[in-house]
Amino acid sequence: MTDLGLWAVPVAILGGAIRVSTPFLFVSLGEVLTERAGRINLGLEGTLVFGAMAGYAVAYESGSAWAGVLAAALAGVIFGLLHGLICSLPKVNDIAIGIALMLLGTGLAFFFGTPYVQPVAPRLPAIDLGFWSGIPQVQAALTVNVLFLVGIALALGMAWMLRATRIGLILRVVGDSTDAARAMGLRPNAIRIAATATGGAFAGVAGAYLSLFYPGAWSQGISSGQGLMAVALVIFARWNPLNCVWAALLFGGAGALGPALQSVGLSDGYYLYYAAPYVLTLGVLIATSSPNRATAGAPGELSITK
Amino acid sequence: MTDQAMATAQRRNGVDGLAPLARRAERVVLPLGALATGLALFGLLLLALGKSPVEFYALVYKAGFGTAFSWANTLSRAAPLLFAALCVALPARLGLVVIGGEGAIVLGGTATGALGVWLGGVPPALALPLMAAAGAAVGALWIGAVGALRHYRGVNETIASLLMAYIGIALMNHLIEGPLRDPASLNKPSTVPLPDALRVGDIPGLDVHWGLVVALVCCVLSWVLIERTTWGFAARIAGDNVRAAQVQGLPVGRLILGFTALGGAFAGLAGFFEVAAVQGSANASLAAGYGYTGILIAFLARQNPLAVIPVALLLAGFEASSGLVQRRMDLPDATILVLKAVVFVVILVSDTLYGRFRLFAPERWRRS
Repeated sequence: MTDLGLWAVPVAILGGAIRVSTPFLFVSLGEVLTERAGRINLGLEGTLVFGAMAGYAVAYESGSAWAGVLAAALAGVIFGLLHGLICSLPKVNDIAIGIALMLLGTGLAFFFGTPYVQPVAPRLPAIDLGFWSGIPQVQAALTVNVLFLVGIALALGMAWMLRATRIGLILRVVGDSTDAARAMGLRPNAIRIAATATGGAFAGVAGAYLSLFYPGAWSQGISSGQGLMAVALVIFARWNPLNCVWAALLFGGAGALGPALQSVGLSDGYYLYYAAPYVLTLGVLIATSSPNRATAGAPGELSITK
Repeated sequence: MTDQAMATAQRRNGVDGLAPLARRAERVVLPLGALATGLALFGLLLLALGKSPVEFYALVYKAGFGTAFSWANTLSRAAPLLFAALCVALPARLGLVVIGGEGAIVLGGTATGALGVWLGGVPPALALPLMAAAGAAVGALWIGAVGALRHYRGVNETIASLLMAYIGIALMNHLIEGPLRDPASLNKPSTVPLPDALRVGDIPGLDVHWGLVVALVCCVLSWVLIERTTWGFAARIAGDNVRAAQVQGLPVGRLILGFTALGGAFAGLAGFFEVAAVQGSANASLAAGYGYTGILIAFLARQNPLAVIPVALLLAGFEASSGLVQRRMDLPDATILVLKAVVFVVILVSDTLYGRFRLFAPERWRRS
């Protein structure tokens, strides 16, 4: 094995960024969709964990990793529908419902996931983009999962949809003003439910990526708050799907910092590096929030920025 | 309510003594109904899995409240839950949803463990209050920072507090595995065990540590603060409408800082008692999820510090029964977590029912 010395750290961070960023990317795209329609779903963390369990279980039982991804997406739709329907009731607090569904998704995943901790499910395929390099570390870093590419395609598609299509316009109107949407003859609640359900599907797929590719096994500790960080990341990305790609890569890189330093023997303060993504998220939130003006680019009906 | 309706309602109150009772009843009947619905829904889930809900709830009752031993177990678990629920309920009166009490608990506990080692030779009468103050201060700083970020930078307190809980747990792990680690703790990294003199004992005649008494006192004091002082009154106004409070010249910033810091101090005290009364040293058991159960308790109690007491007892009983129901009924270890989550969702859904029932609205009794 070629010894890269300290160069191994940036290479490992790059590879880690690509590997770790995929769940961030999917959850944040789902949350962009939900928030553009004017709701906030803090429960995506629970959806992600449940999606990870459902995806793993179905992939194991059916023998197909893609069946697992589909199952995770369906589970996400169900959680999204639940959130959307409950929040359509008057006087219900969407932030609190999100917290409750975070607990419910996590709890149900642990509850039904116990039998699947041991078995080995098929993994999602990866594309070897590092074939040109003779260095194993670079090859490992550039082994990219198909879902990462799907996520980038989704981000591009969503950006186009929000900007140039009728559906995008409807979403933006509903998100910016319930009254304007009603005046246009739209049904804000129905549209918000649909957006939340679709966002839930994205978060479910993010979970399937965790359990079926990286780290690639189902366990109770599978998520370390990626679903929650992705919600914060949406504020940083200014509700723009393309910015989500860059933000997800940045967060993925921060998440890969600890393991990368450990791989070259720097294990002191491992737990502090482990906290890097949370510190980064908090720092980004502090830098991008403002007490006086509404955050630029924020949908008008969003309770989080009011 | 219009002035006219208010006047009509007041006139009727004079005639009918049941009216104020009916208005208060809504805040008791609806949460109780939601709790019962949640328990029933979870029972249906058990039925669907081929387990008996009757056996399940009988076991929960037996392990949580059935014997003197189970009561001692429940009451010991209630202490940290009471503190954790106050950490949610106090900021909630200002309209803030703070859900990161877990971070203040683990850091308060870590501070207690670290200071206890240092204060080995100091008389307990001085050392214990110092340790409690350190735990509370660290918790107050941690959650107070969430309030400060909210007020000065407009950072969403829900997300910030949960992120800080993750950071707090990472910080605790770093400290107990690194600088503060007792070299003798091999399998479970811990700080050096506290000397016996610096352990908090049990309430005489009970198998329950003093943390419960302190927690109950804190609940009562919090209720007095909110319901019977001008500070609490100002906080409730700010919680209903921040802009109106600012126009009135209320010190919204100081209220936010004060209430979040006080909530954090309570969570820090939970950490203090977990270390000084239960664990004997700071270790990873501090992150037992009390902070998260506290969120559910506060919402079930509708953010009322007195209502927190019975709700925390109930939830503590659920947690105390967790091991027994798993073993006897062959259920996964997340069973109680699912039960809590189902109850939580139903409680929040029940928010939509307030004001829907004529029974609880005396001014609408004689219409129709």
